[in-house]
Amino acid sequence: MARAGRQQTEALTPRSARGESVRVIAQRYARERGPLLEILHAVQAEHGHIADEDVAEIADVLNLSVAEVHGTVSFYHDFRRSPAADHEVQICRAEACQAVGAADLWAATEQHFAHREDVEVREVFCFGNCALGPSASIDGRLRGHVTIDDIATAESGWSR
Amino acid sequence: MTTVWVPADSSARAVGADEVAAALAEVEGVTVRRNGTRGMLWREPLVEVETDRGRVGYASVAADGIPALLEAGMLSGADHETCIGVVDEDPWLTAQDRVSLVRIGLAEPTDIRAYEAQGGWAGLRRALDTDPTDVVEEVVTSGLRGRGGAGFPTGVKWRTVLQARQGGAEQAFVCCNLDEGDSGTFADRILAEADPFTLLEGMTIAAVTVGATEGYIYCRSEYPDAIARLRDAIAVATEHGYLGDDVAGSGRAFRLQVRVGAGAYICGEETSMLESLEGRRGEVRAKPPIPALRGLWDSPTVVNNLLSFAAIPMILADGGETYAARGVGRSRGTQIFQLAGNIARGGVFEAPLGITLRELVEDIGGGTRTGRPVRAVQVGGPLGAYLPADRLDVPMGYEELAEAGGMLGHGGLVVFDDTVDMARMARFAMEFCSVESCGKCTPCRIGSTRGVETIDRITSTPAGAEGRDQLFVLLEDLCATMTTGSLCAMGGLTPVPVRSALTHFPEDFGGSPR
Repeated sequence: MARAGRQQTEALTPRSARGESVRVIAQRYARERGPLLEILHAVQAEHGHIADEDVAEIADVLNLSVAEVHGTVSFYHDFRRSPAADHEVQICRAEACQAVGAADLWAATEQHFAHREDVEVREVFCFGNCALGPSASIDGRLRGHVTIDDIATAESGWSR
Repeated sequence: MTTVWVPADSSARAVGADEVAAALAEVEGVTVRRNGTRGMLWREPLVEVETDRGRVGYASVAADGIPALLEAGMLSGADHETCIGVVDEDPWLTAQDRVSLVRIGLAEPTDIRAYEAQGGWAGLRRALDTDPTDVVEEVVTSGLRGRGGAGFPTGVKWRTVLQARQGGAEQAFVCCNLDEGDSGTFADRILAEADPFTLLEGMTIAAVTVGATEGYIYCRSEYPDAIARLRDAIAVATEHGYLGDDVAGSGRAFRLQVRVGAGAYICGEETSMLESLEGRRGEVRAKPPIPALRGLWDSPTVVNNLLSFAAIPMILADGGETYAARGVGRSRGTQIFQLAGNIARGGVFEAPLGITLRELVEDIGGGTRTGRPVRAVQVGGPLGAYLPADRLDVPMGYEELAEAGGMLGHGGLVVFDDTVDMARMARFAMEFCSVESCGKCTPCRIGSTRGVETIDRITSTPAGAEGRDQLFVLLEDLCATMTTGSLCAMGGLTPVPVRSALTHFPEDFGGSPR
């Protein structure tokens, strides 16, 4: 009865286009075992981040509490709750890359992009490229033997 | 037409393999094929040309260097300063004893005919013709221990699941831990990218043995190429009848899917991985119950590392005793060592357990990439000990390393030269734990943060200052609490790198009182 009542309330407030899309994605995986991470990845791939309204939609489809879904979203480093910057530079800070200068690369990269709000510099622990470090991922593309010059060269290829 | 192989491995791609492949594809008379890596990562992109003599390799090829290589006669396998000769005869490869890596880099990773031609599916066929109890005993005989790091006997784990199933459990699962988050380890990634069918075969053998019809590969999101390759391989294997409703005509079903992690190191801990697979926060579970009895959705679950599964096809095909004939002490078989960090010849080297750390670092790895002296080697990932240069004669075995104050872990070796600041590495171990702790138990969640603060206070307090000695007592006390009071290995082993840095490199902490 409670569920029927809830559906009625929802029917009174029309769902946004985004909400509709998130619902479709959630329903696509809903019958699998343990589908939540799959859904979150798919929503983020489609919409760039996971918004509060998405959490509520997903919770409704999976019959979970909003708190449970929020708890999962906030646990994992990959899930973003706000839109991404135009460019993302990830620098590996783990031991194998530190052995070949990752700490300096990380500091230099942060400094290099300090004035650019459209670039997000993130630390990552290990890309599995530990024989050819320091490693970085620039807009999703993994690179090895990275220097700050390589990062500046990649930046010059971006259309501003 | 001349066939030229250019690896599609993600490390090779990170140093320009795609550009090399594209440039070669433009050359008239050349067919470019994409293999996995041969494992000699310092030589990537390693281009191989098919000749009458065999596949001739050219190391560290750059796209803009191809005209010169063609000029020098690369397509006929001519000599050149970058030419390493016939790759199969390369001493770095012939010195290995490849059991699990035997097929990497030979063919396109999802070429199922090549896989079969190179001995694939023989282990599965034997498992399907053998009583499950005998399959389990074969794995027990092999002496294979969990290659993820814990070193628990794989056969005993399978036996527990099989008995639970025979005891009336309705469902069982098989699950591969491909959340290879340890820095300095990449063997899982390389095998998944270069030879995914070996993993699929190992998991399928486990499934038909314990009576599981569903399985999962939990792969970390940092490995997009491995995820794509595995999904392709599953589709191909299903199409050819090795997965799905009727595994190799046996009438038994096994459906496998890849699930992607979301950037949490802790999900490499098996119970945390199970929570994550079920769609929750990756918080560790208290044990018991063990996953072999109550794992995924409370059902008996085989959880093994990729490297453990990758040893299984050979164990079934050639017999457990053949595998057990290799090794040292209670560490049987081979280990895929990963040479990483500041090392001249980095890559994957499969050898029988018992090889010494010095052989791996100096003879095979060629010392540091920078050419400076080796100062420390971290063995077994971020939770492993830092061993100083005068302790490298330890044989690589579970008990042997434990005796030396270290652990084998997942077989990764991270080499540091004499510029490393070990107080900084000790601090990093605590910092990493504070970032990646799941937060469920206090010693790990709070202890790691206090550890960072305490190490900061030590390094910022001048030697001889009042109260400085007490800070070391405090740090040791904190390490003891984390070791004995944490729920899992994350908090429990973070003190290992910290203590080893304090013990072997006290000078980096401005001199410790011990």
